Amino acid sequence: MRWRYGAGILASLAAWAGATSVADVTPQQVIADATRKVVKLYGAGGLRGLEGYQTGILITPDGQILTASSTVLDADEIDCVLDDGRRYAARLVGIDPRRELALLQIDATDLSAFVIEHNPALATPGTRVIALSNMFGVAAGDERVTAQRGVVAAVVPLEARRGAAEAPFQGAVYVLDCTTNNPGSPGGALIDSRGRLLGILGKELRSTAAGVWLNYAIPTNELGPARAGIASGTVVPSDDTTRPFDLRLLGALLVPDMLERTPPFVESVEPGSPADHAGLASDDLVIAVGSASVTTRTAVERAAGRLAPGDPVRLTVIRAGRLIDLELGPRPAGATP
Amino acid sequence: MNQVSDTPVSHPQWRPYLAAALALLTTSQVVSATHSAVDPEVLAAERQRVEVIRSGSAAAVAIFAGDSGGGSGVLVTPDGYALTNFHVVQPAGVAMTCGLADGRLYEAVLVGLDPTGDVALVKLLGRADFPCVSLADSDRVEPGDWCFAAGNPFLLATDLVPSISAGIVSGIHRYQEPAGTILEYTDCIQVDAAINPGNSGGGLFDAAGELIGINGRASFEKRGRVNVGAGYAISANQLRKFMGCLRAGRVCDHATLGATVSTAADGRVVVSDILQSSDAWRRGLQYDDEILALAGRPVRSVNAFKNVLGTLPAGWQVPLVYRRDGRRTEVLVRLAGVHTQAELTNLVSGGAGEDDQKNGLGGPAAAPLPEAIHEVFTARPGYANYHFNMVERDRVARAIATRALGHGGTWTLAGRLSDGAEFRIELSDSEGLIDLPTGTSVLDATAALDANPVPPGSGGMLAALLLWRRLTLEGPAALGGTSYLGTAPRDPRRLDPAGGDLVDVLETAVAGVEARFAVDDAGRICGIDLRTSPEADPCEIQISRPGAGGPLQLDVHHGIERFGTFLVESVDPAGVVP
Repeated sequence: MRWRYGAGILASLAAWAGATSVADVTPQQVIADATRKVVKLYGAGGLRGLEGYQTGILITPDGQILTASSTVLDADEIDCVLDDGRRYAARLVGIDPRRELALLQIDATDLSAFVIEHNPALATPGTRVIALSNMFGVAAGDERVTAQRGVVAAVVPLEARRGAAEAPFQGAVYVLDCTTNNPGSPGGALIDSRGRLLGILGKELRSTAAGVWLNYAIPTNELGPARAGIASGTVVPSDDTTRPFDLRLLGALLVPDMLERTPPFVESVEPGSPADHAGLASDDLVIAVGSASVTTRTAVERAAGRLAPGDPVRLTVIRAGRLIDLELGPRPAGATP
Repeated sequence: MNQVSDTPVSHPQWRPYLAAALALLTTSQVVSATHSAVDPEVLAAERQRVEVIRSGSAAAVAIFAGDSGGGSGVLVTPDGYALTNFHVVQPAGVAMTCGLADGRLYEAVLVGLDPTGDVALVKLLGRADFPCVSLADSDRVEPGDWCFAAGNPFLLATDLVPSISAGIVSGIHRYQEPAGTILEYTDCIQVDAAINPGNSGGGLFDAAGELIGINGRASFEKRGRVNVGAGYAISANQLRKFMGCLRAGRVCDHATLGATVSTAADGRVVVSDILQSSDAWRRGLQYDDEILALAGRPVRSVNAFKNVLGTLPAGWQVPLVYRRDGRRTEVLVRLAGVHTQAELTNLVSGGAGEDDQKNGLGGPAAAPLPEAIHEVFTARPGYANYHFNMVERDRVARAIATRALGHGGTWTLAGRLSDGAEFRIELSDSEGLIDLPTGTSVLDATAALDANPVPPGSGGMLAALLLWRRLTLEGPAALGGTSYLGTAPRDPRRLDPAGGDLVDVLETAVAGVEARFAVDDAGRICGIDLRTSPEADPCEIQISRPGAGGPLQLDVHHGIERFGTFLVESVDPAGVVP
């Protein structure tokens, strides 16, 4: 990753010194206002090393929520808790596998929501920022999420990995000088000193070059297209078909991937989906995708990922001790979780 | 650490900015010389920040616990009282060495402990003019407030000058579950100022340089034991409430209501379990009652309930507001302790199985104490350092003595009850008498006082008044085994959530009764609680003068009943009652 430091660092130092005197709104007011647009999300997880919670941001007054796509969303029910403590069941509308973003919907109206501005100049190196997230899950109910202050250190393409896998998104991100990369932070809001949304806090990733944990946010310029793509049903295509493929796109939800070698049991099947029509059922254990035998959930997604869009997705499952072959229909374009 | 500072310096593009940034941070003179265009307001803000950091640094204490590491502390009085964490002093024992930013080392002695709240009070010796800071009202802190920590992270301060880390308040009223230990952080302040190992016990300051908390904990997970942007401080308001108990040389305990609460499906906070032995039960609290407020703060979640309770010392009386069948009820409840005395002693000594070789707290000191510490340390079971209990008791005794007029004869108080009926009270060395419309009661002042809690229904008002006279005339020594309990709200019915308006409390067991006396800072006894047996509800008397210097008023309660309000119209001899 190339680091571009700018004269903005100087500007930001000067701005800190007069933080309360030069701004027309106080940081306290900005934080209080923006926090109303941030939600706490609870889903799958809770085991060692994998949290069952993260953060989301409200992007419409009628309950659209943008968050990071992660195993937390691998749940039948995703709990969404608003800033005032109101609790809703959130529905997964869809995911953008390339940007690793997900769109959720709750049945609520008249909410305070962020505006997604398409403006590449919103933040540059040196811009003072505030990150809002439910890191470490410290806020519950009507308690306000964590506010951290920092500076945009660089705007650079993301070169990161999670474990051995390369992160799918390689566009420009805001690299931050504060530790926002914590359990529960993904999906949080990055705002400027006036409370405008600058980006969404990314997933926990390490730099490919240095191995250090990266504190970064995906800029608003990426959020609009992600939302539009997911909402219109045209999932943003992955530029690499060898990427894992998520069977949720065919209506099959596998058990949450929480172990090193999670056996690929089917958690649930969406009624009316291709998987449902093919006869896939809860508790089926997938043992082969096409001709490739699989023993883990990751292997299922990798094997399915090697199919070209349009290829038939054939699964072999074990149900009550019997082998059953199923064909779920053609593989949709793109798609990784 | 090296990585952080070396990498950017070696980068050619970075160098000029770093130099400029350093110049900007160093002194305002350099700034005005090189950047004369900087807004004067910015420079003024910077000067103020430099000044508050200087005053915070001066009060910062580096605590050394020998081979076991150490931590930080912060001076809160000119005579050397400093707050720190229990987990910092625990390995150090009774005596420790402390360093200040002036570069000098001072002997220090343990004063009091709050193991549950992870707080300890120590006293630095040798000066009466230590630099110190005052405690802010931490309930006024808001997310986004600027703050800084002064302490000794990674024990870097070999010259004893503390390290400063600045940031903002990230969250308030945070509840942190006990993490593998009993150290429960309730109602704490979360900050993004770097809190690292060694910062423990050090001060967290606001933009005015006042103390808003004691840094004690941070979220450390998969990144190792270094700051990841979430540190937690024990709030100044909690510290204020425990300060009396800490100064009493005690091992303080936290409060429990004797009831647990849970969130109902509709979001109400309801009583899910309650001990029938608890004061709350005796005051009428029942299963499924909705808790609305505790100790003057609203309760809207289980965490909020735990937050309020966690900041309160055992033994305090606080208002509790609950709702049942749409009816709102406010009662005063006496909070019990979370632990038994044996449990507390065990906590402090590190528990069974751990050897006590290094002056294990609460246990016998294995290593000989330094000479200077000998004079200020007295071991006694149940106390961190009994010496300071005597110090506080004697201070209160002196305050009472300045008020006493030494009239040893009979005191006669006469006046009217709130319904207009007349009363008369006579108190002497030999006898107490109270004449009420309902009858006359007499109590032998030379015999046991517990046999006859008169007047009937008062729980022992006459016994309490006899002890009041004796304490006023002769001081605590006359009552025998009197100790300093700590501080408590002057009027629990009008409790200040910030922990203000506290009075000293003396505790005594004499002539078969247990009594507590609240003494204000002018040495006036302003409240008496007297119990004739451990199970009985006490007789509670509030002594006040509504309207400055106005007539004396005695408000007497027993259980949930108001026994009477006594408006004293004449005192004979005049002026004997302070």
